[in-house]
Amino acid sequence: MGHEHKLEIFRGLIKFKNNITKIWGVFVLLSIITIIEVYVGITKPEFMTESRFLAMKLINWFFIILTLVKAYYITWDFMHMRDETKGLRRAVVWTAIFLICYLILILLIEGDYIYEVYKNNYVKFDF
Amino acid sequence: MEANVSRTGTEGKTWGGGSQPLNASYGKMMMWFFIVSDALTFSGFIAAYGFSRFKFIDAWPIADEVFTHVPFLHGVPAPMYYVAFMTFVLIFSSVTMVLAVDAGHKMQKNKVIWYMFFTIIGGAIFVGSQAWEWATFIKGDYGAVETKGGKIIQFLNTEGERVAIADFASNIPSERTTHERRNGVWYDADGAALSSFSLAEVTAGFKANDNLLIRTQYLDDNGHPTVLSRAASIAKLENDGKLVVEGANLKHNEYGHPLFADFFFFITGFHGFHVFSGVVINCIIFFNVIIGTYEKRKSYEMVEKVGLYWHFVDLVWVFVFTFFYLV
Repeated sequence: MGHEHKLEIFRGLIKFKNNITKIWGVFVLLSIITIIEVYVGITKPEFMTESRFLAMKLINWFFIILTLVKAYYITWDFMHMRDETKGLRRAVVWTAIFLICYLILILLIEGDYIYEVYKNNYVKFDF
Repeated sequence: MEANVSRTGTEGKTWGGGSQPLNASYGKMMMWFFIVSDALTFSGFIAAYGFSRFKFIDAWPIADEVFTHVPFLHGVPAPMYYVAFMTFVLIFSSVTMVLAVDAGHKMQKNKVIWYMFFTIIGGAIFVGSQAWEWATFIKGDYGAVETKGGKIIQFLNTEGERVAIADFASNIPSERTTHERRNGVWYDADGAALSSFSLAEVTAGFKANDNLLIRTQYLDDNGHPTVLSRAASIAKLENDGKLVVEGANLKHNEYGHPLFADFFFFITGFHGFHVFSGVVINCIIFFNVIIGTYEKRKSYEMVEKVGLYWHFVDLVWVFVFTFFYLV
Protein backbone atom coordinates (compact mmCIF):
# COMPACT_ATOMS: atom_id res chain seq x y z
CA MET A 1 0.00 0.00 0.00
CA GLY A 2 2.43 2.59 -1.17
CA HIS A 3 1.43 6.18 -0.73
CA GLU A 4 3.53 7.44 -3.56
CA HIS A 5 1.60 8.62 -6.60
CA LYS A 6 2.59 8.90 -10.20
CA LEU A 7 2.24 12.58 -10.88
CA GLU A 8 2.48 12.72 -14.65
CA ILE A 9 -0.45 12.93 -17.04
CA PHE A 10 -0.46 13.12 -20.86
CA ARG A 11 2.44 10.63 -20.89
CA GLY A 12 4.64 12.97 -18.93
CA LEU A 13 3.76 16.15 -20.78
CA ILE A 14 2.39 17.64 -17.57
CA LYS A 15 4.01 16.74 -14.29
CA PHE A 16 2.42 17.98 -11.09
CA LYS A 17 4.32 18.95 -7.99
CA ASN A 18 2.22 16.89 -5.60
CA ASN A 19 -0.92 14.78 -5.50
CA ILE A 20 -3.21 17.66 -4.55
CA THR A 21 -2.22 19.82 -7.49
CA LYS A 22 -2.64 16.78 -9.71
CA ILE A 23 -6.22 16.32 -8.44
CA TRP A 24 -7.06 19.93 -9.23
CA GLY A 25 -5.36 19.66 -12.59
CA VAL A 26 -7.45 16.64 -13.52
CA PHE A 27 -10.55 18.45 -12.29
CA VAL A 28 -9.77 21.36 -14.62
CA LEU A 29 -9.27 18.93 -17.48
CA LEU A 30 -12.58 17.15 -16.82
CA SER A 31 -14.38 20.50 -16.53
CA ILE A 32 -13.00 21.71 -19.84
CA ILE A 33 -14.09 18.50 -21.56
CA THR A 34 -17.59 18.77 -20.04
CA ILE A 35 -17.91 22.41 -21.10
CA ILE A 36 -16.89 21.50 -24.66
CA GLU A 37 -19.42 18.67 -24.68
CA VAL A 38 -22.25 20.88 -23.47
CA TYR A 39 -21.30 23.65 -25.91
CA VAL A 40 -21.26 21.26 -28.88
CA GLY A 41 -24.44 19.62 -27.63
CA ILE A 42 -26.28 22.94 -27.61
CA THR A 43 -24.89 24.50 -30.79
CA LYS A 44 -24.76 21.25 -32.79
CA PRO A 45 -22.38 22.43 -35.53
CA GLU A 46 -23.64 21.38 -38.94
CA PHE A 47 -20.47 19.77 -40.20
CA MET A 48 -20.71 17.33 -37.30
CA THR A 49 -24.37 16.45 -37.63
CA GLU A 50 -24.28 16.16 -41.43
CA SER A 51 -21.39 13.79 -41.89
CA ARG A 52 -21.34 10.19 -40.85
CA PHE A 53 -18.62 7.77 -39.97
CA LEU A 54 -19.24 4.06 -39.43
CA ALA A 55 -23.04 4.36 -39.31
CA MET A 56 -22.95 7.12 -36.72
CA LYS A 57 -23.00 10.89 -36.89
CA LEU A 58 -19.66 12.56 -36.36
CA ILE A 59 -21.07 14.48 -33.38
CA ASN A 60 -21.90 11.22 -31.59
CA TRP A 61 -18.40 9.87 -32.13
CA PHE A 62 -17.13 13.15 -30.75
CA PHE A 63 -19.21 12.78 -27.58
CA ILE A 64 -18.33 9.13 -27.08
CA ILE A 65 -14.61 9.69 -27.50
CA LEU A 66 -14.64 12.63 -25.06
CA THR A 67 -16.61 10.47 -22.63
CA LEU A 68 -13.98 7.75 -22.82
CA VAL A 69 -11.27 10.36 -22.20
CA LYS A 70 -13.15 11.53 -19.12
CA ALA A 71 -13.66 7.96 -17.94
CA TYR A 72 -9.93 7.33 -18.35
CA TYR A 73 -8.95 10.25 -16.15
CA ILE A 74 -11.57 9.49 -13.50
CA THR A 75 -10.38 5.89 -13.27
CA TRP A 76 -6.68 6.55 -13.58
CA ASP A 77 -6.34 9.59 -11.32
CA PHE A 78 -9.39 9.76 -9.04
CA MET A 79 -9.58 6.02 -8.49
CA HIS A 80 -5.76 5.78 -8.48
CA MET A 81 -5.65 3.10 -11.14
CA ARG A 82 -2.40 4.71 -12.28
CA ASP A 83 -0.79 3.68 -9.00
CA GLU A 84 -2.04 0.08 -8.94
CA THR A 85 -0.04 -2.88 -10.14
CA LYS A 86 -0.28 -3.96 -13.74
CA GLY A 87 -2.07 -7.15 -12.76
CA LEU A 88 -4.92 -5.43 -10.92
CA ARG A 89 -5.26 -2.83 -13.66
CA ARG A 90 -5.56 -5.43 -16.38
CA ALA A 91 -7.89 -7.68 -14.38
CA VAL A 92 -10.30 -4.79 -13.92
CA VAL A 93 -10.01 -2.83 -17.14
CA TRP A 94 -9.58 -5.51 -19.77
CA THR A 95 -12.38 -7.69 -18.40
CA ALA A 96 -14.82 -4.82 -18.36
CA ILE A 97 -13.78 -3.40 -21.74
CA PHE A 98 -13.96 -6.75 -23.49
CA LEU A 99 -17.37 -7.72 -22.12
CA ILE A 100 -18.87 -4.28 -22.63
CA CYS A 101 -17.64 -3.98 -26.23
CA TYR A 102 -18.98 -7.43 -27.03
CA LEU A 103 -22.37 -6.70 -25.46
CA ILE A 104 -22.74 -3.37 -27.21
CA LEU A 105 -21.66 -4.71 -30.57
CA ILE A 106 -24.07 -7.60 -30.51
CA LEU A 107 -27.06 -5.65 -29.19
CA LEU A 108 -26.65 -2.75 -31.59
CA ILE A 109 -26.37 -5.05 -34.60
CA GLU A 110 -29.47 -6.88 -33.45
CA GLY A 111 -31.37 -3.63 -32.86
CA ASP A 112 -30.46 -2.38 -36.32
CA TYR A 113 -31.61 -5.67 -37.83
CA ILE A 114 -35.01 -5.42 -36.13
CA TYR A 115 -35.31 -1.84 -37.36
CA GLU A 116 -34.80 -3.07 -40.93
CA VAL A 117 -37.39 -5.80 -40.42
CA TYR A 118 -39.94 -3.28 -39.16
CA LYS A 119 -39.20 -0.94 -42.02
CA ASN A 120 -39.23 -3.39 -44.89
CA ASN A 121 -42.05 -5.73 -44.03
CA TYR A 122 -45.68 -5.56 -45.04
CA VAL A 123 -47.21 -4.75 -41.67
CA LYS A 124 -48.19 -1.16 -41.03
CA PHE A 125 -46.86 0.25 -37.78
CA ASP A 126 -47.68 3.94 -38.13
CA PHE A 127 -51.35 4.24 -37.34
CA MET B 1 4.83 -29.02 7.53
CA GLU B 2 8.23 -29.44 6.07
CA ALA B 3 7.69 -33.16 5.81
CA ASN B 4 4.55 -32.78 3.71
CA VAL B 5 5.24 -29.89 1.40
CA SER B 6 7.62 -30.34 -1.43
CA ARG B 7 9.32 -27.33 -2.86
CA THR B 8 7.74 -26.04 -6.03
CA GLY B 9 10.56 -24.03 -7.42
CA THR B 10 8.41 -20.91 -7.54
CA GLU B 11 9.49 -19.49 -4.19
CA GLY B 12 10.21 -15.81 -4.37
CA LYS B 13 8.41 -15.35 -7.71
CA THR B 14 5.48 -12.94 -7.96
CA TRP B 15 2.83 -15.63 -8.01
CA GLY B 16 4.81 -18.12 -5.97
CA GLY B 17 2.73 -17.53 -2.86
CA GLY B 18 3.38 -15.68 0.32
CA SER B 19 3.40 -12.31 -1.42
CA GLN B 20 0.71 -9.88 -2.55
CA PRO B 21 1.05 -9.87 -6.33
CA LEU B 22 -1.64 -7.23 -6.80
CA ASN B 23 -0.31 -5.18 -3.91
CA ALA B 24 -3.82 -4.36 -2.74
CA SER B 25 -5.59 -5.30 0.44
CA TYR B 26 -8.45 -7.77 0.32
CA GLY B 27 -11.11 -5.09 0.86
CA LYS B 28 -9.81 -2.80 -1.81
CA MET B 29 -9.50 -5.58 -4.35
CA MET B 30 -13.03 -6.78 -3.64
CA MET B 31 -14.28 -3.22 -4.06
CA TRP B 32 -12.63 -3.18 -7.47
CA PHE B 33 -14.20 -6.46 -8.46
CA PHE B 34 -17.59 -5.31 -7.22
CA ILE B 35 -17.15 -2.22 -9.37
CA VAL B 36 -16.41 -4.38 -12.40
CA SER B 37 -19.60 -6.37 -11.91
CA ASP B 38 -21.63 -3.24 -11.23
CA ALA B 39 -20.17 -1.65 -14.36
CA LEU B 40 -21.40 -4.65 -16.31
CA THR B 41 -24.88 -4.21 -14.86
CA PHE B 42 -24.92 -0.60 -15.97
CA SER B 43 -23.55 -1.51 -19.39
CA GLY B 44 -26.35 -4.03 -19.65
CA PHE B 45 -28.83 -1.22 -19.11
CA ILE B 46 -27.12 1.19 -21.45
CA ALA B 47 -26.62 -1.44 -24.14
CA ALA B 48 -30.32 -2.33 -23.85
CA TYR B 49 -31.08 1.36 -24.28
CA GLY B 50 -28.89 1.37 -27.40
CA PHE B 51 -30.67 -1.73 -28.65
CA SER B 52 -34.10 -0.15 -28.31
CA ARG B 53 -32.88 3.07 -29.77
CA PHE B 54 -31.44 1.36 -32.82
CA LYS B 55 -34.66 -0.59 -33.12
CA PHE B 56 -36.67 2.64 -33.32
CA ILE B 57 -33.91 4.83 -34.69
CA ASP B 58 -36.29 6.84 -36.88
CA ALA B 59 -38.71 7.62 -34.05
CA TRP B 60 -36.62 8.31 -30.96
CA PRO B 61 -37.25 11.51 -28.95
CA ILE B 62 -34.60 14.21 -29.14
CA ALA B 63 -33.21 14.72 -25.64
CA ASP B 64 -32.70 18.46 -26.21
CA GLU B 65 -36.43 18.89 -26.58
CA VAL B 66 -37.26 16.79 -23.55
CA PHE B 67 -34.97 18.17 -20.87
CA THR B 68 -35.31 21.90 -21.31
CA HIS B 69 -36.10 23.01 -17.78
CA VAL B 70 -34.08 24.72 -15.12
CA PRO B 71 -35.46 25.29 -11.61
CA PHE B 72 -36.73 28.84 -10.95
CA LEU B 73 -36.57 29.64 -14.66
CA HIS B 74 -40.06 28.70 -15.61
CA GLY B 75 -40.83 28.86 -19.29
CA VAL B 76 -37.27 29.63 -20.33
CA PRO B 77 -36.11 26.87 -22.62
CA ALA B 78 -32.59 25.96 -21.54
CA PRO B 79 -31.64 22.58 -22.92
CA MET B 80 -28.99 20.68 -20.97
CA TYR B 81 -27.84 23.46 -18.68
CA TYR B 82 -29.29 21.80 -15.64
CA VAL B 83 -27.85 18.39 -16.45
CA ALA B 84 -24.50 20.06 -17.08
CA PHE B 85 -24.81 21.61 -13.63
CA MET B 86 -25.58 18.20 -12.13
CA THR B 87 -22.54 16.75 -13.88
CA PHE B 88 -20.35 19.44 -12.40
CA VAL B 89 -21.74 18.86 -8.92
CA LEU B 90 -20.91 15.18 -9.19
CA ILE B 91 -17.43 15.73 -10.63
CA PHE B 92 -16.73 18.26 -7.93
CA SER B 93 -17.85 15.92 -5.18
CA SER B 94 -15.49 13.38 -6.73
CA VAL B 95 -12.70 15.91 -6.36
CA THR B 96 -13.45 16.51 -2.69
CA MET B 97 -13.61 12.73 -2.20
CA VAL B 98 -10.18 12.18 -3.70
CA LEU B 99 -8.88 15.07 -1.61
CA ALA B 100 -10.28 13.30 1.46
CA VAL B 101 -8.46 10.12 0.44
CA ASP B 102 -5.27 12.11 0.01
CA ALA B 103 -5.69 13.73 3.44
CA GLY B 104 -6.35 10.25 4.86
CA HIS B 105 -3.03 9.02 3.53
CA LYS B 106 -1.40 11.85 5.45
CA MET B 107 -3.47 11.08 8.58
CA GLN B 108 -4.97 14.59 8.63
CA LYS B 109 -8.22 13.84 10.42
CA ASN B 110 -9.80 17.29 10.26
CA LYS B 111 -9.18 17.65 6.55
CA VAL B 112 -10.75 14.24 5.92
CA ILE B 113 -13.81 15.31 7.90
CA TRP B 114 -14.28 18.50 5.91
CA TYR B 115 -13.69 16.95 2.52
CA MET B 116 -16.07 14.07 3.29
CA PHE B 117 -18.62 16.62 4.43
CA PHE B 118 -18.46 18.48 1.10
CA THR B 119 -18.67 15.19 -0.76
CA ILE B 120 -21.87 14.28 1.07
CA ILE B 121 -23.36 17.72 0.38
CA GLY B 122 -22.51 17.36 -3.32
CA GLY B 123 -24.15 13.94 -3.42
CA ALA B 124 -27.26 15.27 -1.71
CA ILE B 125 -27.52 18.16 -4.20
CA PHE B 126 -27.21 15.70 -7.05
CA VAL B 127 -29.92 13.35 -5.74
CA GLY B 128 -32.20 16.33 -5.12
CA SER B 129 -31.62 17.61 -8.65
CA GLN B 130 -32.43 14.22 -10.05
CA ALA B 131 -35.65 14.09 -8.07
CA TRP B 132 -36.58 17.48 -9.52
CA GLU B 133 -35.72 16.27 -13.00
CA TRP B 134 -37.93 13.24 -12.54
CA ALA B 135 -40.80 15.34 -11.24
CA THR B 136 -40.57 17.66 -14.24
CA PHE B 137 -40.41 14.74 -16.63
CA ILE B 138 -43.39 12.99 -15.05
CA LYS B 139 -45.46 16.17 -14.95
CA GLY B 140 -44.91 16.81 -18.63
CA ASP B 141 -44.78 19.88 -20.73
CA TYR B 142 -47.07 20.44 -23.69
CA GLY B 143 -49.15 17.29 -23.67
CA ALA B 144 -49.70 15.09 -26.69
CA VAL B 145 -52.07 12.57 -28.20
CA GLU B 146 -51.38 8.89 -28.44
CA THR B 147 -52.65 7.09 -31.51
CA LYS B 148 -54.23 3.68 -31.75
CA GLY B 149 -50.86 2.30 -32.80
CA GLY B 150 -49.26 3.68 -29.65
CA LYS B 151 -47.47 6.47 -31.54
CA ILE B 152 -47.26 9.99 -30.16
CA ILE B 153 -48.42 13.02 -32.08
CA GLN B 154 -47.55 16.50 -30.87
CA PHE B 155 -48.91 19.92 -31.74
CA LEU B 156 -47.19 22.82 -33.43
CA ASN B 157 -48.29 26.17 -34.72
CA THR B 158 -47.46 27.20 -38.27
CA GLU B 159 -44.27 28.90 -37.06
CA GLY B 160 -43.06 25.50 -35.93
CA GLU B 161 -43.29 26.19 -32.20
CA ARG B 162 -44.73 23.63 -29.83
CA VAL B 163 -48.22 24.40 -28.52
CA ALA B 164 -49.59 23.06 -25.26
CA ILE B 165 -52.92 21.27 -25.52
CA ALA B 166 -54.24 23.44 -22.68
CA ASP B 167 -53.85 26.48 -24.98
CA PHE B 168 -56.20 25.32 -27.70
CA ALA B 169 -58.41 22.53 -26.39
CA SER B 170 -62.00 23.71 -26.22
CA ASN B 171 -64.15 23.08 -23.23
CA ILE B 172 -66.94 20.69 -24.03
CA PRO B 173 -69.20 20.17 -21.05
CA SER B 174 -69.50 16.45 -20.56
CA GLU B 175 -69.33 14.05 -17.72
CA ARG B 176 -65.99 12.28 -17.37
CA THR B 177 -65.31 9.98 -14.49
CA THR B 178 -62.26 8.06 -13.49
CA HIS B 179 -62.66 4.38 -14.10
CA GLU B 180 -62.66 2.46 -10.85
CA ARG B 181 -62.11 -1.21 -10.37
CA ARG B 182 -65.27 -1.67 -8.37
CA ASN B 183 -67.38 -0.47 -11.30
CA GLY B 184 -65.73 -2.70 -13.85
CA VAL B 185 -64.15 -6.02 -14.32
CA TRP B 186 -61.91 -7.06 -11.51
CA TYR B 187 -58.71 -7.33 -13.55
CA ASP B 188 -59.07 -3.86 -14.96
CA ALA B 189 -57.02 -1.97 -12.45
CA ASP B 190 -57.90 1.56 -11.42
CA GLY B 191 -57.12 3.65 -14.44
CA ALA B 192 -54.68 6.50 -14.52
CA ALA B 193 -56.02 9.86 -13.45
CA LEU B 194 -58.07 11.62 -16.10
CA SER B 195 -56.13 13.90 -18.39
CA SER B 196 -57.14 17.54 -18.08
CA PHE B 197 -58.84 17.40 -21.50
CA SER B 198 -60.65 14.65 -23.33
CA LEU B 199 -59.66 13.62 -26.84
CA ALA B 200 -62.90 15.15 -28.17
CA GLU B 201 -61.99 18.51 -26.63
CA VAL B 202 -58.50 18.40 -28.10
CA THR B 203 -59.83 17.44 -31.53
CA ALA B 204 -62.48 20.16 -31.49
CA GLY B 205 -59.96 22.76 -30.38
CA PHE B 206 -57.51 21.63 -33.03
CA LYS B 207 -60.10 22.00 -35.80
CA ALA B 208 -61.12 25.43 -34.55
CA ASN B 209 -57.57 26.80 -34.74
CA ASP B 210 -56.37 26.98 -38.33
CA ASN B 211 -52.76 27.63 -37.44
CA LEU B 212 -52.19 24.27 -35.75
CA LEU B 213 -50.30 21.34 -37.24
CA ILE B 214 -49.30 17.91 -36.07
CA ARG B 215 -45.88 16.42 -35.98
CA THR B 216 -45.33 12.70 -35.70
CA GLN B 217 -42.55 10.98 -33.83
CA TYR B 218 -40.96 9.83 -37.09
CA LEU B 219 -37.84 11.73 -37.98
CA ASP B 220 -37.21 12.99 -41.51
CA ASP B 221 -33.85 12.79 -43.27
CA ASN B 222 -32.50 15.77 -41.32
CA GLY B 223 -33.38 14.20 -38.00
CA HIS B 224 -36.35 16.47 -37.30
CA PRO B 225 -39.80 15.08 -36.52
CA THR B 226 -42.08 15.00 -39.57
CA VAL B 227 -44.66 17.80 -39.67
CA LEU B 228 -47.92 16.98 -41.43
CA SER B 229 -49.97 19.34 -43.58
CA ARG B 230 -53.12 20.86 -42.11
CA ALA B 231 -55.42 18.41 -43.92
CA ALA B 232 -53.28 15.43 -43.05
CA SER B 233 -53.08 16.63 -39.45
CA ILE B 234 -56.86 16.74 -39.05
CA ALA B 235 -57.23 13.34 -40.69
CA LYS B 236 -54.53 11.86 -38.47
CA LEU B 237 -56.08 13.21 -35.29
CA GLU B 238 -59.59 12.11 -36.22
CA ASN B 239 -58.74 8.67 -37.52
CA ASP B 240 -55.92 7.57 -35.27
CA GLY B 241 -56.17 9.60 -32.07
CA LYS B 242 -56.95 7.54 -29.03
CA LEU B 243 -55.72 9.06 -25.82
CA VAL B 244 -54.56 12.38 -24.43
CA VAL B 245 -51.18 11.96 -22.75
CA GLU B 246 -49.75 14.44 -20.27
CA GLY B 247 -46.31 13.77 -18.90
CA ALA B 248 -44.64 10.42 -18.79
CA ASN B 249 -44.92 7.18 -16.93
CA LEU B 250 -43.98 3.58 -17.65
CA LYS B 251 -46.85 3.12 -20.11
CA HIS B 252 -47.33 6.44 -21.85
CA ASN B 253 -44.88 9.15 -22.69
CA GLU B 254 -45.85 12.46 -24.23
CA TYR B 255 -42.30 13.07 -25.44
CA GLY B 256 -42.29 10.12 -27.81
CA HIS B 257 -41.67 6.42 -27.60
CA PRO B 258 -42.67 4.94 -24.20
CA LEU B 259 -39.38 3.01 -24.10
CA PHE B 260 -37.56 6.32 -23.83
CA ALA B 261 -39.37 7.04 -20.58
CA ASP B 262 -38.89 3.47 -19.36
CA PHE B 263 -35.16 3.60 -19.88
CA PHE B 264 -34.98 7.08 -18.42
CA PHE B 265 -36.65 5.87 -15.24
CA PHE B 266 -34.64 2.67 -15.02
CA ILE B 267 -31.19 3.98 -15.84
CA THR B 268 -31.26 7.32 -14.03
CA GLY B 269 -33.22 5.66 -11.24
CA PHE B 270 -30.67 2.90 -10.83
CA HIS B 271 -27.91 5.46 -10.93
CA GLY B 272 -29.73 7.73 -8.49
CA PHE B 273 -30.09 4.76 -6.17
CA HIS B 274 -26.34 4.29 -6.35
CA VAL B 275 -25.78 7.94 -5.52
CA PHE B 276 -28.18 7.65 -2.61
CA SER B 277 -26.50 4.54 -1.21
CA GLY B 278 -23.15 6.23 -1.82
CA VAL B 279 -24.28 9.16 0.31
CA VAL B 280 -25.42 6.77 3.04
CA ILE B 281 -22.11 4.87 3.02
CA ASN B 282 -20.23 8.18 2.94
CA CYS B 283 -22.18 9.29 6.02
CA ILE B 284 -21.24 6.13 7.90
CA ILE B 285 -17.57 6.57 7.07
CA PHE B 286 -17.85 10.30 7.86
CA PHE B 287 -19.05 9.60 11.40
CA ASN B 288 -16.42 6.89 11.79
CA VAL B 289 -13.79 9.46 10.90
CA ILE B 290 -15.25 11.90 13.41
CA ILE B 291 -15.24 9.42 16.29
CA GLY B 292 -11.67 8.52 15.40
CA THR B 293 -12.07 4.90 14.31
CA TYR B 294 -9.46 5.19 11.57
CA GLU B 295 -7.18 7.30 13.71
CA LYS B 296 -7.05 4.37 16.14
CA ARG B 297 -6.65 1.92 13.26
CA LYS B 298 -3.80 4.12 11.98
CA SER B 299 -5.14 3.67 8.47
CA TYR B 300 -7.74 5.56 6.48
CA GLU B 301 -8.14 2.81 3.94
CA MET B 302 -11.91 2.67 4.47
CA VAL B 303 -12.09 6.22 3.13
CA GLU B 304 -10.21 5.03 0.08
CA LYS B 305 -12.61 2.12 -0.47
CA VAL B 306 -15.75 4.24 -0.17
CA GLY B 307 -13.97 6.74 -2.40
CA LEU B 308 -13.61 4.09 -5.08
CA TYR B 309 -17.34 3.48 -4.96
CA TRP B 310 -18.09 7.18 -5.09
CA HIS B 311 -15.84 7.74 -8.11
CA PHE B 312 -17.50 4.82 -9.81
CA VAL B 313 -20.88 6.50 -9.37
CA ASP B 314 -19.39 9.59 -10.99
CA LEU B 315 -17.95 7.45 -13.77
CA VAL B 316 -21.33 5.92 -14.53
CA TRP B 317 -22.92 9.35 -14.64
CA VAL B 318 -20.40 10.44 -17.27
CA PHE B 319 -21.74 7.67 -19.50
CA VAL B 320 -25.39 8.22 -18.63
CA PHE B 321 -24.94 11.93 -19.41
CA THR B 322 -23.49 11.10 -22.82
CA PHE B 323 -25.93 8.45 -23.88
CA PHE B 324 -29.07 10.00 -22.50
CA TYR B 325 -28.56 13.70 -23.01
CA LEU B 326 -25.88 14.24 -25.64
CA VAL B 327 -25.91 11.48 -28.23
